[in-house]
Amino acid sequence: MTAVSTSYLHDLTLSLPEVFLLGATLVVLFVDLFISQAHRQLTYLLSLLTLVGTVVLLVAVPEGRHVGFAGMYVTDGFARLIKLMTAGTVAAAFLYSRDYLIKRGLFKGEYFVLALFATLGIFVMASAGNLLTMYLGIELLALSQYALVAFDRDSPIAAESAMKYFVLGAIASGVLLYGISIIYGVTGTFDLSMLAQRLDAHALTQVGLLFGLAFVMAGVAFKFGAVPFHMWIPDVYHGAPTPVTLFLGAAPKLAYFALSFRVLAEGLGSMAGAWQGMLMVLAVLSIAVGNVVAVSQTNLKRMLAYSTISNVGFILLGFLTATPFGYRAALLYTITYVLMALGSFAMIILLSRKGFEADRIDDFKGLAQRSPWFAWMMLFFMVGTAGVPPFAGFFAKLYVIQALVEVGFTWLAVVAVLFSVVGAFYYLRVVKAMFFDAPADDAPIGGAFSFKVLLSLNGLAVLALGLFNTPLVELVAKALR
Amino acid sequence: MNTLIHWWNLLGADGQHLVVMTAQIVAVMMSVIVSVAMMTYAERKVIGFIQVRIGPNQVRIFGLPFLKGLAQPFADVIKLLLKEVIVPAESDKFLFLLAPLIALVPALATWAVVPFSPDFVLAKLDAGLLYILALTSLGVYGIILAGWAANSKYALLGAMRSAAQIVAYEIAMGFALVGVLMAAGSLNLTEIVRAQSHGYASYVYPWQAAGFLSWNWFWLFPLMVVYFIAGIAETNRAPFDVAEGESEIVAGFHVEYSGATFATLFALPEYANMILVATLASVLFLGGWQSPFEGYLAADLPLASPSFLWLFLKILCFLFCFLWFRATFPRYRYDQIMRLGWKVFIPITLIWIGVECVMVWFKVGPWARVL
Amino acid sequence: MLTTILFYVFSAVLVGAALGVVLSRNPVHAALCLVLAFFNSAALWLLLEAEFLGIVLVLVYVGAVMVLFLFVVMMLDINVAQLREGFTRYAPLGAMVALLMIGEIVYAVWFRQLGVNLAGSAPALAPGSNTAALGELLYSKYMLPSELASVVLLVAIVAAIVLTLRRRPNLKQQDINAQVAVRSIDRVRIMKVDSVTRS
Repeated sequence: MTAVSTSYLHDLTLSLPEVFLLGATLVVLFVDLFISQAHRQLTYLLSLLTLVGTVVLLVAVPEGRHVGFAGMYVTDGFARLIKLMTAGTVAAAFLYSRDYLIKRGLFKGEYFVLALFATLGIFVMASAGNLLTMYLGIELLALSQYALVAFDRDSPIAAESAMKYFVLGAIASGVLLYGISIIYGVTGTFDLSMLAQRLDAHALTQVGLLFGLAFVMAGVAFKFGAVPFHMWIPDVYHGAPTPVTLFLGAAPKLAYFALSFRVLAEGLGSMAGAWQGMLMVLAVLSIAVGNVVAVSQTNLKRMLAYSTISNVGFILLGFLTATPFGYRAALLYTITYVLMALGSFAMIILLSRKGFEADRIDDFKGLAQRSPWFAWMMLFFMVGTAGVPPFAGFFAKLYVIQALVEVGFTWLAVVAVLFSVVGAFYYLRVVKAMFFDAPADDAPIGGAFSFKVLLSLNGLAVLALGLFNTPLVELVAKALR
Repeated sequence: MNTLIHWWNLLGADGQHLVVMTAQIVAVMMSVIVSVAMMTYAERKVIGFIQVRIGPNQVRIFGLPFLKGLAQPFADVIKLLLKEVIVPAESDKFLFLLAPLIALVPALATWAVVPFSPDFVLAKLDAGLLYILALTSLGVYGIILAGWAANSKYALLGAMRSAAQIVAYEIAMGFALVGVLMAAGSLNLTEIVRAQSHGYASYVYPWQAAGFLSWNWFWLFPLMVVYFIAGIAETNRAPFDVAEGESEIVAGFHVEYSGATFATLFALPEYANMILVATLASVLFLGGWQSPFEGYLAADLPLASPSFLWLFLKILCFLFCFLWFRATFPRYRYDQIMRLGWKVFIPITLIWIGVECVMVWFKVGPWARVL
Repeated sequence: MLTTILFYVFSAVLVGAALGVVLSRNPVHAALCLVLAFFNSAALWLLLEAEFLGIVLVLVYVGAVMVLFLFVVMMLDINVAQLREGFTRYAPLGAMVALLMIGEIVYAVWFRQLGVNLAGSAPALAPGSNTAALGELLYSKYMLPSELASVVLLVAIVAAIVLTLRRRPNLKQQDINAQVAVRSIDRVRIMKVDSVTRS
């Protein structure tokens, strides 16, 4: 009896950040129920406080790899980094979205609660030591996302995109579960470290396992939005309210990286020979389709959606090398991409006002005359995502390509560079609109002080992480030792 | 006689078992069906009494001068069975005829796990309580299908009301059963009754080891009330009979049924379910077959010994309440029913489960013994 | 022997019912076929002596989920024939995917039978009630997943309420407290009326 309780105590101490996050989210949910719309700011502040508390607890978690809850829960450097980045990203998303929500009568407690639940889902995924917990984390994240997309109930386009997302997401979850069940059928375990032990030399000859792997891959690719499982991305990014798009475009990417890392690299690492090929197809298609289709978009949100697809291709390129350096490059790429995606969507929020969504590229015309500072920030984000030196995106791409060349996939590196050049065109089109076109309207730029400060910091970070990228590289290296 | 014994022996152990089981099942089913008949008679008599009327008093058994009116239900049954079954032209005929059977099966199959006396129960199922929950939740299919298959607006409205009502009250009912399960530590109904004889109240009354104070109702009183009222709602009885609502939707889901289908769809399952709810309430909360005087009187007295008669008496009390309520309360409005189910009963049961958790933790009451 | 026969009977009905779900023209019939399929899978579980899982399947899916499902299907009055237009265009693709899936399952099972078994044999059933055994596992080894599952359900509840609860400003509602608190003074006014005699 005592042995059991001390072990639970140990487990609870390990998972203290998650326990706190869940408890505080429930408190937010409850407090929000009893306050009037005039005091809704309290929900917002409590949500931010929740994230701050979580970060504090995350820092306090003991270093090194620890396993709890009978192997269901793992905490290590990787999990900690993903969780810290997630908490920061979500907090930024909250700051960015507040004004937009207030102006459109969407400032409801459930937005924050659902986002916090999604954060919890990401935490669970980052710390999953078992396919069961991984799946539950995915569902926790996905359910919150479906609801967030449909959050603006008066918008038919949001409802439509939520429906598409939900139906396709449910199918993807089914496919993923089917793959997991086949893997379980062959190996008899859900535990990822046990899986790694049981699959050693003969794994690649197991046809049953390969089928299971194929289904898992399809599920992962859908979650990431890699071609040919990308159909939902443009519609959902376009249809969802911009703060929700900002949320969807940023934090979950970290979660899906954790999903692929835990399942593919840790659990099914000995089958790398099999999944490398699949990832190669996904990555090349994603980079090609994403960059080419983005060129013809006039809607900035849709353009950024296709840009997401192409960036996911890059993340997968880094991942498919299956070397420690490749994983690091992919994680580095994910983090920099998340930073730039946050900023790009925040720019749309900044320019939009009540009754006007600045989600067309034309809406950015002449921004340099209306607000030179933020035009430069947008330039940082666009040029950074395109991968132009000396911004962060350039180094992220560089590391991925280096990893590819190291393992001999030079042709892949060439393809990636070629399509990046195509991609640079549509990023530069936004820059051209901002700096060389006449402004279409001259409404003053709104935005609260905190919003502007954060956006400026975000833009400067894209530049700074390009100029001095050693701290981030070291951070990632430490996490994926 | 000897030939009989000879044939009996020829059957072998398995065959004998099969014959005994079948006989037992038939006996229980017959008792239930006869009880249903008697219940319809009792209903008319009791409500007549409450409303200062006389009730049925004409049909006699073989013309005997006493027990006037007792044969009324049998006359009704014969009448119903001989009437023409009308199947509406635009209905879904297969489902229309299937629905009464679907309604009937769960109402009868649930009796398999009910312990009638210390050693008589048809199936000693370990998950008996779950079995009951699962089967009672199936009763709604008969109603929904009957309402839909008839292709009538009134029938569909009645079916929808009934479905929503049953789903709402099933949750409260399930939570009440969770409370019982926590008290007994078992899902087996025989075990649940046994667990009630061990002096649950002994913590408060140390001299009291058994008897009526040791039954579940003492510690789980709110759950018993919720369970019984939810049971009334689940059986669509007044005051929760909006599914029939003859003043608004004519007769709800069974408006198109007649003759034998009416009897099997409406009369039999409804009354069998009423008796079942009464029986389960007695078994789960009032100590089943146990005597209320156990521990107060000398153990060898018939009054203090457990027997089926005690269970029978308890069932009668609950059944009387069914009739009493019907004669007393006006019908609830639909939204009031929903409010009561979702906003009153479910919180009550949840809170009481919380209270029970505290009692388990501090080993109060029944749990002084269990843990 | 009897168990084997029962297994094949239940499985056959299960497959038939599953086909009925897909092929039925009437959505209500399809939903009922699904109910039948659930019943037969529950029966299969009972044959495996997993009575808890079997009964819970009936309780949750048949007793609750499918009732709501039927509820919705009956209210919507869907015309399946209309929805099916253009279905045949994608039928070959669907058939291909289905064949692929069947092939995979056969392959996976086939491998087990070849003796390449990474799992080891399944542990023997513990004697006694498997309800208790399940409960113990859920609260020890699988505590984290079962807690997480409850969080997922909570999110589903929150999401459902967010998406459907709409406060209409002009809704007329009953205030039960006010109704109960009403006293005769609030409603009845006693008027003094002079009596008039008519001639």
